[in-house]
Amino acid sequence: MHDAGKVLLGLGAFAGLVTGPAWYAFARGKGDPPELQRPAGGGTCIEPTGWIRARHMELLDGWRDAAVRRDEHVYLASDGRRHAISLTGTCLGCHVEPAKFCDRCHAYAAVEVFCWDCHQQRKRSRP
Amino acid sequence: MRRRRFLEIAGLGLAGVCGVPVARALAGAAGTEPAPAALRGKRWAMVVDQRKCLTRPGCQACIQACHRAHNVPAVKDPRHEVKWVWKEQLARVFPDRVTPYTPAAVKERPTMVLCNHCDNPPCVRVCPTQATWRRPDGLVMMDEHRCIGCRYCIAGCPYGARSFNFEDPRPSIAGEPTDYPTRTRGVVEKCTFCSERLAVGQRPLCVEACEGVGCGALVFGDAGDPGSAVAALLRGGEVTRRKPGLGTSPHVFYLL
Repeated sequence: MHDAGKVLLGLGAFAGLVTGPAWYAFARGKGDPPELQRPAGGGTCIEPTGWIRARHMELLDGWRDAAVRRDEHVYLASDGRRHAISLTGTCLGCHVEPAKFCDRCHAYAAVEVFCWDCHQQRKRSRP
Repeated sequence: MRRRRFLEIAGLGLAGVCGVPVARALAGAAGTEPAPAALRGKRWAMVVDQRKCLTRPGCQACIQACHRAHNVPAVKDPRHEVKWVWKEQLARVFPDRVTPYTPAAVKERPTMVLCNHCDNPPCVRVCPTQATWRRPDGLVMMDEHRCIGCRYCIAGCPYGARSFNFEDPRPSIAGEPTDYPTRTRGVVEKCTFCSERLAVGQRPLCVEACEGVGCGALVFGDAGDPGSAVAALLRGGEVTRRKPGLGTSPHVFYLL
C-alpha cells in the first residue's frame, strides 16, 4: 500500500477531531451523569424507575392523547394503582422542581423539553 | 445436524426473540380510562338568556372567571387580542335582526358570545392537522399540541370565535397564572365548553360565575336529555341561533 503512513495519520487526525468534544467533556467532568433532585417525600413512581427512565416520553405521549383527545383522565398503572393523568398534577406533584429533575437529564442528553412552554412549572409545595 | 432440524430451531428461536417483547407489552395491565366523576352528555348545549343578562349592565363575571381560569392573555393591541368569551353589540351578533328602524340603543345591546360548538363546524372541516375536532357529545375541541398556526379555522369560523396568539401570551396574563396550560405564540385558541371541568364533574365556569352573581342568564346542559333545563328551554320554541342559514347548527342558543 502506498502512503499508508499518511493515510493512517489522516484517519487518526480525523478521529481525533470528531471525538475531540467528547474527550474534552470527559476531561472537564461533564461526562458524569447528572445529579437529580429526588422527591422529598420518598414514595414510588407510578411505574418502575427503569421503565420510566427509558419510556417516560411514550407514557406522556399516551397521556396527552388520552386526556386531550379521548377524554380519559385516569391512568391504570401496571401495578394496579390508579393515577390522575396530569403532568403538572401527578408528575410535578412529587418532582416539584422540574428544573432540578427533568431539565438536568435533558440538558445532559441535549434533548429539548418544550412541555414548559405551555404547562405551568410553578414550584409547588405539598399539602 | 440436518438442515431441516437447523431451520426448525432457528425459526423457534426467532419467534421467541420477537415474542418476548410482544408478550411483555400485552402482559402489562397499564391503560387509561375516563374519570368516574365526569359529566356525560349526549349533546352539550348552552342557552344565553339575553333578557336576564341585560338586567346587569357592565357585568363581566363570566368573562373574568373564564379568562382568569384559562390564563387567557389580556393583550393590549386590539389586533392581537385573545378572547374565549366576550360581549359584542347585538347588531354584530344578529345582523339579520336589525332593520333601518332599529334604535341605536337596541343595536348596541351587549350580547355574550363564545364558540357555538356547532354540529357541523367549518373550523373542523378546514383544519389540516385535526388539531380541532368535534367530540361525539358536541364539544368542538382544540388540541394545542397539534395546532400549526395556519389559521384556516379562523377563516372558516363564521362567528369569529377563535383567536390567534400573535405574540407570546405569558407576559400578558393578568395576575398569578392557574394550573391550566397557557398557550404559545403561533397557536389558535377558543372556548372549549370547559371540557377540563366536565371531565371532573363540574359545569362550565362562565355558567357558575353567572349564577354566582345571582343572574343565571347562562344555562348549560344536555340537549339530548329531555329532563334537562336546557332541553326544556329549547322545547319552549323562543330560542334563536346565530346565522342559522349557514347550516352549521350552533349549539349556543339565545333568548333575545
